[in-house]
Amino acid sequence: MGRYVLRRLLQLVPVLIGTTFLIYLLVWTIPGDPFAGKCGDRACPDSYITAMREKYNLDDSLLVQYGKYLASLVQGDFGETFSGIEVSELIANAYPVTLKLALVALVIEAVIGLVAGVLTGLRSGSFLDNLVLVSTLFLIAIPVFVTGFVLQITLGLRWGIIDPTVSAAANLSELIVPGFVLGSLSMAYVTRLTRTSIAENRRSDYVRTAVAKGLAPRRVVGVHLMRNSAIPVVTFLGVNLGELMGGAIVTEGIFNIRGIGGLVFGAILTKEVATVTGVVTLLVIVYLLMNLLVDVLYAVLDPRIRYD
Amino acid sequence: MRSRRVAAWLAVPVSVALLASACGGSEESGGEAGDATISIYGTEPENPLVPGNTTEVGGGRVVDALFTGLVEYDPRTAEPRNAVAESIETTDSKVYTITLKNGWTFHDGTPVTAQSFADAWNYTAYSPNAQQSASFFAQIEGFDQVNTPDPDGADGPQQAPQPPAQEMSGLRVVDDRTLEVTLAEPFAVFPTQLGYSAFSPLPEAFFADQEAFEANPIGNGPFTFESRQPNANIMLSRYEDYTGDPKPSVSNVEFRIYEAVEAAYADVVAGNLDFLEIIPPSALAGNLYQTDLPDRSSSQTYLGLQTVTFPVYDPRFQNPELRKAISMAIDRDAVNQQIFNGLKPPADGYVAPNVPGRAENQCGELCTYQPQRAKQMFDATGFQGPIELTSNVDAGNAEWMQATCTTISNALGRECRFVPVPTFGEFRTAINAGEMNAIYRSGWVADYPSIENFLNPLYRTGGSSNDGGYSNPAVDAKLAQADAATSTEQADQLYQEAERMALQDMPAIPVYFQSVQAGWSERLRSVTVTQFRELDLYSVEVG
Repeated sequence: MGRYVLRRLLQLVPVLIGTTFLIYLLVWTIPGDPFAGKCGDRACPDSYITAMREKYNLDDSLLVQYGKYLASLVQGDFGETFSGIEVSELIANAYPVTLKLALVALVIEAVIGLVAGVLTGLRSGSFLDNLVLVSTLFLIAIPVFVTGFVLQITLGLRWGIIDPTVSAAANLSELIVPGFVLGSLSMAYVTRLTRTSIAENRRSDYVRTAVAKGLAPRRVVGVHLMRNSAIPVVTFLGVNLGELMGGAIVTEGIFNIRGIGGLVFGAILTKEVATVTGVVTLLVIVYLLMNLLVDVLYAVLDPRIRYD
Repeated sequence: MRSRRVAAWLAVPVSVALLASACGGSEESGGEAGDATISIYGTEPENPLVPGNTTEVGGGRVVDALFTGLVEYDPRTAEPRNAVAESIETTDSKVYTITLKNGWTFHDGTPVTAQSFADAWNYTAYSPNAQQSASFFAQIEGFDQVNTPDPDGADGPQQAPQPPAQEMSGLRVVDDRTLEVTLAEPFAVFPTQLGYSAFSPLPEAFFADQEAFEANPIGNGPFTFESRQPNANIMLSRYEDYTGDPKPSVSNVEFRIYEAVEAAYADVVAGNLDFLEIIPPSALAGNLYQTDLPDRSSSQTYLGLQTVTFPVYDPRFQNPELRKAISMAIDRDAVNQQIFNGLKPPADGYVAPNVPGRAENQCGELCTYQPQRAKQMFDATGFQGPIELTSNVDAGNAEWMQATCTTISNALGRECRFVPVPTFGEFRTAINAGEMNAIYRSGWVADYPSIENFLNPLYRTGGSSNDGGYSNPAVDAKLAQADAATSTEQADQLYQEAERMALQDMPAIPVYFQSVQAGWSERLRSVTVTQFRELDLYSVEVG
């Protein structure tokens, strides 16, 4: 197992270099000069444009620019925004917030989704099953920004139960509603996945054997059935953390959460390559690590799977 | 059973958290009127907070609170009045003697002297310093010795030559309180211009350590810099030794950065944010904001104008008759009523309302909707193909541009097509490069309140924002004559004549005057929105 994990970690390096290059290339190809719109309805002075291009290596060819970026990145320097703020400072401010939001969303979707999935899977065809089916379909059908605005306006403005936006500190309590909004779509998927998996495995041979052996129903469901049904759900949840972080941009905009979504969006509009590449590279790392974690968990959940 | 118990355990912290966040909202609203903090909507500054390098709104409103120039503008009428200057005297509009008031200090305690102004202006004008506002000093004698143009533009391989001098010869510090400014050509509007933030003084600390200054800006304005968290907020506090008059009554100001204006609006309605000067379209629809914010909102025009400009360098748009025909084909009233709920009045000239020196209805019937006459004129020009209008669409311009297009094609019977461009950066790239091949959106917000600011940069040959390439020697001559006038009244008359002359060529079509809809929390009293669409920080009170 240890060697397997090590090998996977080493594989991260070429993947990271490849992704940073792709991201750099993509931002670089966005049309428009980053300094063309900087001075409003007046062209910026040539001296300003020349100085800025020189400072940010924009006169070099793409490969040279990327090489310089990578060289400083290896030394831990993420570069500067055009307004002279360290990208590392922006990331240090925004990353924990988005991570917190994504984790809140993940916990909400996992808890509610799993509970609803297990309950309906055990009683498939019941009234509860149909009710959950309808509500999950409803959640899947509604775009996130609708859920977000509806909750913000009803809970925040009309009833005054919550603040309509999240403060700069982004306390856990403030993130519950945005986390629910962010996780709502995935919550519906988790419910459907769990339900299908449980309903399927309930009829399998090993469950019948366990029941025939006279095991307590709680042990049959809690240990044998759950453990085997968890594999597709764990895969989904693992990959989902990265998705939640990368997809938080809409939720962050609605609730004014100072996370990475807004940071990347603003940076793309102004063609700030350093910010986009820095943030997205870290996102890629989250994806890769979560994938690794999921693969390791497979072996824990299913004894038949062995690495090495 | 276990799952139910888990749910119960979860319910406790969730409900506690909900309660806590519900209480959080009301905590901030207390506080004495004397030491109150007010929070104002802000956007992330695009540049370090240095006055000569800040040209956008997000940094501009912070710089305006941190610095006071020689001149400031009345919040309601936009009329200039002396601030740091005690007097500004001239006999020929060419040599100005500026006397400073006694006792002004920077936030670090050092005095504001004539040298502080001379150093700041020389720094901003010197081209190797690469400041955005360098061109504002172009009128001062010796500017061409400190600011050398790039021979082949920023894109070319050649470098701009090193300027021969570091200081403009037209700036002479007579003593600590007297500055003598000599202009290259007479310029009557110069005293008005002095209130623009690029003309702010800079303390010695700026020249000693610029990076430290950017991290902790030191100005001479009514508020001092406290702290800044990027993408979250900028905190200012009242400068207790502020010499100017009036003095602000609120003691702390927080510029809170929002990514989306909808979130800021929700905060104003809930009382979490004190002031917002942009009401989002969702709340403008059906005037919802007036119910959401009863007696806590305002709507007024400010010193801004929206136009569509012809790329005159494109041979298809060189006929003035065609340009006038399209202007008369725009039903400005219909666009205003249907798109803006009647909040943005149709433009009747090139100069926004309340600008000192402005005359009413300069455009006359050329800006009046006359579909039949427009069609006759248009058909006579023999213009081929569809009419195309273009704009960036990242700031909500698509709707009115499309509506304008519709009224044009209804009147002229020729297809009018709206071509969207995704970002402002991309849009400006094409404009700067002179590669426009469609009629494009152009806006103008005054840098300083003068009719001159709406004409010289835009319609004079080679003007700093004359992107369409319009050139008429008669207009140039009239503008030069106005610049050289010895009194403001005489200058204004001549500028008005130049405006009428330019309108006869219609290089750009005035469409509507900009307006600002502001909303504020229940705590604020005596709210005034300035002619530069900022909250007047001097007069606002917390009740």
